[in-house]
Amino acid sequence: MQALAIGYAFLFYAATAMLVVGVALRLRVYARAPAPLKIPTTPAPTTTGGVALRLTREVVFFESLFKGSKWTWLFGWTFHAALLLVLLRHLRYFQQPVWAPIVFVQFFGTYAGFAMVAGLAGLWARRFLVDRVRYISTPSDHLHLALLLAIGLSGLTMRFVAHTDIVAVKAFMLGLMRFSIQPLPADPLLLLHLTLVALLMIVFPISKLMHAPGLFFSPTRNQADTSREARHIAAWATALEEK
Amino acid sequence: MAAAKFETPALKAYPVIPLVAEGAMAHSKPYVASPAIQQAIGFPGELAEGWEERAIAKMGELLGKYRSLQVYMDTCVHCGACSDKCHYYLGTADPKNMPVARQDLMRSVYRRYFTFAGKHFPKLVGAVDMTKDVLDQWWSYYNQCSECRRCSVFCPYGIDTAEITMAAREIMDSVGLGQKYANEILGKVHRIGNNLGIPEPALEDTLLGLEEDTKEETGIDVRFPLDVEGAEVLLITPSADFFSEPHVESLIGYAKVFHAAGVSWTLSSKASEAANFALFIGNYEQMRKVSMRVKEEAQRLGVRRIIVGECGHAWRVAYSFWNTLIGPFDWLDARYPVPQHICEFTYDLIQRGAITFDKEKNDDRIITFHDSCNVARASRMGDMPGGQFVIPREIIKAVANHFHDMAPGTIGESTFCCGGGGGLLTDDLLELRVKGALPRMEALKTVVDEHGVNFMAAICAICKAQFSKVLPYYGFDMSMIGGVHQLVSKAIRLGEPH
Repeated sequence: MQALAIGYAFLFYAATAMLVVGVALRLRVYARAPAPLKIPTTPAPTTTGGVALRLTREVVFFESLFKGSKWTWLFGWTFHAALLLVLLRHLRYFQQPVWAPIVFVQFFGTYAGFAMVAGLAGLWARRFLVDRVRYISTPSDHLHLALLLAIGLSGLTMRFVAHTDIVAVKAFMLGLMRFSIQPLPADPLLLLHLTLVALLMIVFPISKLMHAPGLFFSPTRNQADTSREARHIAAWATALEEK
Repeated sequence: MAAAKFETPALKAYPVIPLVAEGAMAHSKPYVASPAIQQAIGFPGELAEGWEERAIAKMGELLGKYRSLQVYMDTCVHCGACSDKCHYYLGTADPKNMPVARQDLMRSVYRRYFTFAGKHFPKLVGAVDMTKDVLDQWWSYYNQCSECRRCSVFCPYGIDTAEITMAAREIMDSVGLGQKYANEILGKVHRIGNNLGIPEPALEDTLLGLEEDTKEETGIDVRFPLDVEGAEVLLITPSADFFSEPHVESLIGYAKVFHAAGVSWTLSSKASEAANFALFIGNYEQMRKVSMRVKEEAQRLGVRRIIVGECGHAWRVAYSFWNTLIGPFDWLDARYPVPQHICEFTYDLIQRGAITFDKEKNDDRIITFHDSCNVARASRMGDMPGGQFVIPREIIKAVANHFHDMAPGTIGESTFCCGGGGGLLTDDLLELRVKGALPRMEALKTVVDEHGVNFMAAICAICKAQFSKVLPYYGFDMSMIGGVHQLVSKAIRLGEPH
């Protein structure tokens, strides 16, 4: 029992460290690589404010994906929006007392779990049903979906079918945040759920999940169309001028 | 080597996304540049022992120099939004012509050498070693991308396959594997001043001939000045405008506009080329060197403005990159944008009422407009986003009475490449060019059937040459393609003959 709690405590400390440090290291690589030429996909905004708006539309509405594929947009947007609600709902395990907005979101977060699973199922179905998407899918693509789907399904099962001792779970999580290890219920479904979440956190920085922060570094989306007005030169390109 | 026979795709009543046909275009490969061509522009002559390590080292260098490449290698989630967007996929059904699969040819190598997952679990993430077999696939499929950026419009992360194709070609060039067509042309630009290799006396002769022809047609002395010091405007235009049909008709149009506006202008024999094929091979140094000719000539001739003729990728380089490559332009007249597109120049004159037209002279034409990829998705005209779509159309409507756009999903930012851009306008890739033109041909057929369209205007030398070649394959007349300033030329009022 105690060993179980210690094991999971270290798993989550390690997973959190890998997520935070791993993502930070990747972002440092992105930030350090210069964008030597102006390459926004035009028509592009001509101001920084316009760029912020363009990125906001991409993040909130998946604008380009909507233009690209309505089905993928439907499943993808549903999954991501539902995931956000589910994550917000889970914040209650890390707060005492729980913030009012998080209390408010509980109802929506509960049912968003179904939308999340439905979205994932739709995305996975495309990998089998659309021949082009089948062609490009790798084992890793399938495993990412399997991982997320297993997290969603194990969570929904605990909520609607086989309840776990969430009071104890919350005590464990609050304990983690104070570096005090509390007992963790030995419920197999809960342990599966937590293991998969930790795994997701660990693979995040070394997988395609980096698409989330990566978008903000995409020159075709984050550059303003000011080529004629402002010179845009990278350090390594300036060196050429001195030759 | 005679080109293999192939079937021209049938034009369907409405676009159909083809089912994947693996390996359908695996045989498509351009001619390899000779050692002399390669060495003339600073690349190794041929593939030599140890090229694998050098290729990986080059990839590492580019990952550090281009954020686009680094981020795009990591962020693709294989969602497939791009999978039906490439004209080469739509025309050939070869799955490696899906943008995502084309990117994956490099991404799988990137993963193997530069990522934790690929180093330790290559099978899981589809990572592969850099081998001759991989290089052969790169050679084939990175020469089946016209760098038109249509995929980047629809990608949720803005991944631009053009950036990856350019990097792949740069890596291949750096280990001695170069494409004959593009690299031979780059050599000519440096040696002679233009892609076609037209020496100064021949150019002068041609321009004098055009003056005579125009005098004969209009009765007016419209000048085609060359190397005139102290002119107001230096016109940088694709060399095809001097010798090819229908390109030359637009050159006559520019000359008439300058004449009617009373603006002095000149061409340069040393910078007698707007095209910059260094863009196609992704080589920054070459792109800068080719651009530098323009700056040197503009300063030598003492002009105060630079205007660029009808050429798609040249306008991308000029609009988006010149300021970075050869700027700042504080020595030119600050009242005008630098550089300025000939369409911006003409449009401004039209708006001010400084030039007028007899629109009826174009009444025999029912016109549509093909947005060229580099103008549409990699540049702008005017001072508002999307001006590159508005201005050419407004010019056409000002000089002609019958205009009909093609279907919305095939123009504007969603425009289809002509099929010959990105350094692929060579007869060794003819099958690819014909098949890649399919989506545009389908959209054209619809307006031909519905509105009787008989003329497709474009503002790109490559589009004009490509369509002249492939239109007949689809049962259209090759003279259906022409320039916007070809229409301007026909209708512009030049005053009484003198």
